[in-house]
Amino acid sequence: MEKMPHWADVILIPLISLILAAILSALVILAIGEDPVAAVKLMVQGALGSTYGWGYTLYYATNFMFTGLAVAVAFHARMFNIGGEGQAMLGGLGVALVCLLIPWPHWSLALIAAILASMAFGALWAAIPAYLQAKRGSHIVITTIMFNFIAAAVLNYVLVNLLRPEGSMDPATARFPETVHLPTLHEMLAPIGINFSRAAPANISLLVAVAACVIVWLLIWRTRLGYEIRAYGHSETGALYAGISPVKITMIAMLISGALAGLMAINNVMGEAERLVMNATEGAGFIGIAVALMGRSHPFGVFLAAILFGFLYQGGAELALWTSIPRELIVVIQALVILFTGALDNMVRMPLEKLFLRMNRGKS
Amino acid sequence: MGSAGMASAAPAIELKGISKAFGPVQANKDISISVPRGTIHGIIGENGAGKSTLMSILYGFYKADAGEIFIGGKKTDIPDSQAAIAAGIGMVFQHFKLVENFTVLENIILGAEDGGLLAPSLSKARKELIALEKEYGLQVDPDAVIEDLGVGKQQRVEILKALYRRADILILDEPTGVLTPAEADQLFRILGRLRDEGKTTILITHKLREIMEITDNVSVMRRGEMVGHVKTSETGPEQLAELMVGRKVLLRVDKAPAKPGAPVLEVENLRVVDEAGVERVKGIDLTVRAGEILGIAGVAGNGQSELLEVLGGMRDGTGSVQLNGQALDLSGRYSDGQSRRARGIAHVPEDRQREGLIMDYHAWENVAFGYHHDPKYQRNALFMDNAALRADTEAKMKTFDVRPPDPWLKAKNFSGGNQQKIVVAREIERNPDLLLVGQPTRGVDIGAIEFIHQQIVALRDQGKAILLVSVELEEIFGLADRIAVMFDGRIMGERMPDQTNEKELGLLMAGVSGEAA
Repeated sequence: MEKMPHWADVILIPLISLILAAILSALVILAIGEDPVAAVKLMVQGALGSTYGWGYTLYYATNFMFTGLAVAVAFHARMFNIGGEGQAMLGGLGVALVCLLIPWPHWSLALIAAILASMAFGALWAAIPAYLQAKRGSHIVITTIMFNFIAAAVLNYVLVNLLRPEGSMDPATARFPETVHLPTLHEMLAPIGINFSRAAPANISLLVAVAACVIVWLLIWRTRLGYEIRAYGHSETGALYAGISPVKITMIAMLISGALAGLMAINNVMGEAERLVMNATEGAGFIGIAVALMGRSHPFGVFLAAILFGFLYQGGAELALWTSIPRELIVVIQALVILFTGALDNMVRMPLEKLFLRMNRGKS
Repeated sequence: MGSAGMASAAPAIELKGISKAFGPVQANKDISISVPRGTIHGIIGENGAGKSTLMSILYGFYKADAGEIFIGGKKTDIPDSQAAIAAGIGMVFQHFKLVENFTVLENIILGAEDGGLLAPSLSKARKELIALEKEYGLQVDPDAVIEDLGVGKQQRVEILKALYRRADILILDEPTGVLTPAEADQLFRILGRLRDEGKTTILITHKLREIMEITDNVSVMRRGEMVGHVKTSETGPEQLAELMVGRKVLLRVDKAPAKPGAPVLEVENLRVVDEAGVERVKGIDLTVRAGEILGIAGVAGNGQSELLEVLGGMRDGTGSVQLNGQALDLSGRYSDGQSRRARGIAHVPEDRQREGLIMDYHAWENVAFGYHHDPKYQRNALFMDNAALRADTEAKMKTFDVRPPDPWLKAKNFSGGNQQKIVVAREIERNPDLLLVGQPTRGVDIGAIEFIHQQIVALRDQGKAILLVSVELEEIFGLADRIAVMFDGRIMGERMPDQTNEKELGLLMAGVSGEAA
C-alpha cells in the first residue's frame, strides 16, 4: 500500500513547496518596501516575455540540465556529488583545448570533439574522489567539495600561466576561432521563419542537453547498468548479494556524473563566452544539486526544474536591473526555492501523506 | 465481572473493545481480553496479526482509537509508558534496552534514581536487588557489566528492571528469539516462579511449542482480530495453528528419507575474518551431498551468517571449498555473487529485506536480482528486456502462489511470506546444484512456511544439495537430513535428526562439546 499516489509525490509536493517559497519571498520583498506583485510581473516579463528573455532562460536551463543530471545519476547510486562545479570547470578546460589547439573545418566536428573532451575532463576530475571513495572509503561529499577548490586553483594556474594570450591582462584564453562558433537559437530558428532574439546566448547545446536527459533516462531505467546502479543505491548489502561490485558501480556512476557535469562546458564556454574565463561556471554546479533534488532525480523532473531555475536566474537578473531590489535578495529568493524544494521536502510531504491516508480511509 | 468487594478476584488486565488503525490498516479490531491474576497468558498470532500493536497500546506507546483498559478491575488511562509503569506493568522487549557499558545495578536504577547523587540509589537498589533475586531465583551479579553478560542473563536484567519498578504484570515480546533451548528453559522456570509469587505474565510469541509448555491460557490473533481464547490444557498445536491461519495446516514437513548421492559441496578448514578483524568462522569442515539437506543449527551470531556469505560470494575467506570436485575462489576475482551463480549455487539469504530483495524495486525487477546478466532478460546489447521479465514474474508468481500476483507491486508492499516466496521462486527456479538457505521462514506466516518447506524438500528430491541455516530448532528438525551445530565459529558436532533431541543439540549450541554432553 503506497502512502499516496505517485502524481502527488512528483507534482503536488514540488508545486506546494514552490508556492510556499514564493509566499515567503513575497514577504521578504514586502519587508524591504517593494511591491511583490510588480516584482513577479517583472520577473515573468523579463524571463519569459520576449525571445530575448527566453533565450537567457533557456541558456541557464541548459547549464542546469547538465549539472542536474550529473547530480541525479550519482544520487541513484546513493552518492552525493557536490563536485559538479569543479567538474564543469575542468570540462571547460577540455573544450578550450580542443577549440584552440585543433583547426576545425566546421562547428559540427568541433562540437563532437568538444563533447568528448568536456566529458572526458569532467569524468577525470570525478574519477579521483570516486576512487578514493570506492577503495579507501573517503567520503565523496568531502572530497568532491575539496576538488571544487582544487579545480578553481588549477584553472587559475592554467589560464594565467599557460593559456593567456601574450600581452593580455585578462586571466582568460584567446577567443575561439570563428569556425567553432555554435549556432544560436536565432540562427537555428531563422530558416523556419521564427525570429528569435539575436542577442540571447541560448544555442544548440540545448538540444544536446535534452538528448542527455533522454539518454540518462534510458540508461537508468532500461539498461543493465542502470539496474545495477539503482540496486546499489537502494541497498549496498543487496548489491553485494547479487554480485554487483560496489567498487565498480561507485566508479562508473561517478564517471558518468562527472562527464555530465563537464558537458556543461559546451554551453557556457563554447556556446556563450567562446573563450574560457575564470569562474565561467557561475555556481551552476551547485544549482544542479537543487535541480536534481527538485526533479526527484528523474531526467524529466530535472528538465522541468532546470527550466524553473533558468527562469529564476534570468528573472532575478531583470529584477536587479530594473528595481531597487538588490542582487543579493535574488540570491535569497533562489535560496528559499532550494530550501523548500530540496531540504524541507518532509515538511510538505508528511501532512500531505496524512491527508491522503485520511481520504483513503474515508473511501474504504 | 467481579463486584467491588471482590477486588482481588478481578482480572489483572482486562481490555474491552480496543481498536487501532494506522491509516488504512486496521491493526486492532474490537479486541477484548481478560487475563486472570497470577497466570501466564500467551498471545499468539502470525506476523502482522496485531500482537505488538496491542501490547504497545497497553504500554502507552500508542493510543487506542476506541476501547477501555482495566488494571486490577480499575479503569485505567495509559497515555505513556510512565503511566504503564505506575500501573504496575513492565515490558521486556525483543531487543533489550540496556546500556551496554553500564553495570547491572546501574541499568536497573536508570530512570528510577532517587536523587541527584547516585550512591544512595545504588546502595538501596543493591539491597532490593538481592531481595528480588532471592524471591524469584533470578541470579545475576549486580556489578557485572552488561556487555560481558550472555543474552539469557541480559534478559534477566530486563525482568529485574521491571520487578524493581514494582511491576505486577510482565509483558514479554518474543522472549526466546535469541535464546538457546537451555536458556529458554531457564526463562520458563523463572516465569513459573513469578507465577507462584502471584505475578501475571503476558507472553507474546509465534512459537506454538512455548505456548503449550508454559502458558495457562492462550489468546489467538489473526489479522487484527481476536479469534479465540482457550485454556492451554484444552487445546493442542494443531488447533492453535488452525486458529492462527484460518485453515488446516501441516505442521510436520512431509518428506521421504533422503537418498544422498555424491558430495556436491566439500568445505575444509574454512575461515572467515570480518571487517573488524574478528575471526567469525574458525576452521570449518563439512560436506553436503546431492539429494540431502544439511541443517546448521546454532544461536544467531555464531558464524552461520558468515559461512553462508562466504559460500554465496558476499565476503572473502580462506581454506578450501569444492563444488562438484572443483575449487571455488574464496578471495579472488571470482569470489562474488555472479561467479557463484554461474557455478550453480543459488542463495536464499538470511535477510530478504536487506539482501535478497531491493525493497523499492517492483516485483518484476526483483525477479532478475542477481540474475540480471541472464541473456534471456536482455533485449539486445544495450537494453534489458523488461517485458520478458514481467512475463517471467507472472509465471513465477503463479507457480509459487505469490499474493497479490501483481508484478508491478514493490517488494516492500508484499507481506513477509510473499516476499520470501519471491526470493525462493527466483532461486529455486534456477535449478541450482547447491542451494544455500538462511532462515527461510523468519517472519513468514505459517501458511507460507508450509509452502516454502515443501519447495525446499522438492528440490532435495530432485537430487540437489541444500545447506540450511536456521536458528529455529523446529525447522532444523523438520527439514534437515543431517544436523551440524555451530558455536563460536566452529562445528560442535554432527547428529542425525532421529538419533538426537533438542536437549543434546541445545548443549552443543551452548558450546558444551559432544563428549561432555
